[in-house]
Amino acid sequence: MIEVNAISFRYHKDWVLQDVSFWVEKGEFVGVIGPNGSGKTTLLKILYRLLTPQKGEILFDLAPMKRMPRADIAKRIAVVAQETQLLFPFSVLETVLMGRSPYLGHLMFESEKDLEIAKKAMEWTNISLFSERPLDELSGGERKRVFIARALAQQPEVILLDEPTANLDIHHQIDFLDLILSLNQERGLTIVMASHDINIASEFCDRLILLRGGRIYKIGTPEEVITKENIELVYGCEVWIDQNPVSGMPRISLLKKGGH
Amino acid sequence: MKTVTLKKVLTTSILLSLLLIVVILLSVTMGSVRIPPLRSIRILFQSILGLTGAGSETERTIILSLRLPRAVLAGFVGAGLSVSGATFQALLRNPLADPYILGVSSGAAVGAILAILLGLGTFSFGLPLASFLGALLTILVVFYFGRQDGRIHPNTLLLAGVIIGSFLSALIMFFISVSQREELHTIIFWLMGDFSFSNAQAILIIFPYILLGVFLLYLRSRHLNLILSGEENAVQLGVDVEKLKLISYLSASLITAASVSVCGLIGFVGLIIPHSARLIFGPDHRLLIPSAALLGASFLIASDTFARTLLAPVELPVGVITAAFGGPFFIYLLKTRKAIKTL
Repeated sequence: MIEVNAISFRYHKDWVLQDVSFWVEKGEFVGVIGPNGSGKTTLLKILYRLLTPQKGEILFDLAPMKRMPRADIAKRIAVVAQETQLLFPFSVLETVLMGRSPYLGHLMFESEKDLEIAKKAMEWTNISLFSERPLDELSGGERKRVFIARALAQQPEVILLDEPTANLDIHHQIDFLDLILSLNQERGLTIVMASHDINIASEFCDRLILLRGGRIYKIGTPEEVITKENIELVYGCEVWIDQNPVSGMPRISLLKKGGH
Repeated sequence: MKTVTLKKVLTTSILLSLLLIVVILLSVTMGSVRIPPLRSIRILFQSILGLTGAGSETERTIILSLRLPRAVLAGFVGAGLSVSGATFQALLRNPLADPYILGVSSGAAVGAILAILLGLGTFSFGLPLASFLGALLTILVVFYFGRQDGRIHPNTLLLAGVIIGSFLSALIMFFISVSQREELHTIIFWLMGDFSFSNAQAILIIFPYILLGVFLLYLRSRHLNLILSGEENAVQLGVDVEKLKLISYLSASLITAASVSVCGLIGFVGLIIPHSARLIFGPDHRLLIPSAALLGASFLIASDTFARTLLAPVELPVGVITAAFGGPFFIYLLKTRKAIKTL
């Protein structure tokens, strides 16, 4: 579905991503992990063409993304970013309706059908109850759900998530990820998620991309990528890796220096 | 369901237009020569129909050639400054932004001063035209320096605007202090906002630009909603952000340039009207732009009416009134914000 061919990107002088190639299959749940500054967020921004790589190209269903109109990209790829600015806050419903924007073109107002789609999206994400509340009165977890609902209102094929669980407590983390997983498994949505949380990535993703200094260090299943050697080399710290006793997926434990 | 629909925009616009009409009617009856309201209204309506039955010749001249053009001009400027202010607040994502934030007004002032010094100020056309050119030139310079590799970076643009504005302000001060000419006293009044030299020509000069600017911005009002939560956010929802920014910044600047060139600097309108409209009608630009335009028009006409009648025959700069009435009203809105929201 998405084919990334040897892309390199730099903001100024230094390359932030170098010679990155991979593909994402339809319906896959792909995680992007790596240390701070390894290029995770930049990679996501390139995937929805906020940034254009200086070298290489990205194909979406075999068509070069470079030539796709912005609105067409937004109909197929939705993004849930880390935090959005809330200067003059809109209500939950108004925010979710904004997801219909790429379909409106030159129309100024949403139709009944758009409203219907937005309401459905709010039901799936369980936020219908506070549809009239302004965004700035919601908790972090609720707000995340609002942006997922907005992404669903875009009726996309792919959802890009940038650090979706940062700032959430474990209850809201698991709530949120279960929601994403159900979208992935029941609706066949393709998910690409950048995350700092290796355990979460291991638990939820089909495949992982491990970035190191703007290059791909390793791609594969969580079992192939999350090994003591890979993680210690890329992150530069000592870790212990065993299996999650329930799911059997690789599990990482942090070790303090010289403490044992 | 509390979303903005075409019906809601139309109803609100019609209600606010009625308010505007009442304000205009009140404005033309008030002044040093009192003309009873009913007679003023008759004069107005008869002139629309091409009749001349009502009132004396003098009364007709006062209403049709003096007060009405002045009210219409104040209306256009009030609407323009309010829409321009709302746009700058959205684009710069800064609630303190106002129509003059990019230094356009200082460029207009320099143009006006040069016109006065060169003796062009005597033509009814000369002064507004020169200050409009000064403002347009400033826009070009600010955008030349505020753009980097084909993109508008809000902070760079803001910085370019503020610095060029300061430089031009220094020029204004320089001209005022070295020149002994009496006409420059006009400039000081002009810097505080003044409708006293408004006439039909002034309206003809500015109204196409204000109308065009407001129209272009209204077409983009849905996308302005999206950019309110950041440029990346707008890109995620399929907006061509660079095009949106270029057209919106230029439209808002053009409106400011046209307004400043006929009546000088009128502070506060472009700041408090958008915020007041937001508090009452919400942040959606599809409703905000028309409601701010109509509220701004009513507000500035009312302010100007007070400015010329409060201490008649002495006329106050309208900026004094907008600040004196607008400030407390805005504080009141802020304090009762919760009450407004639950309406």
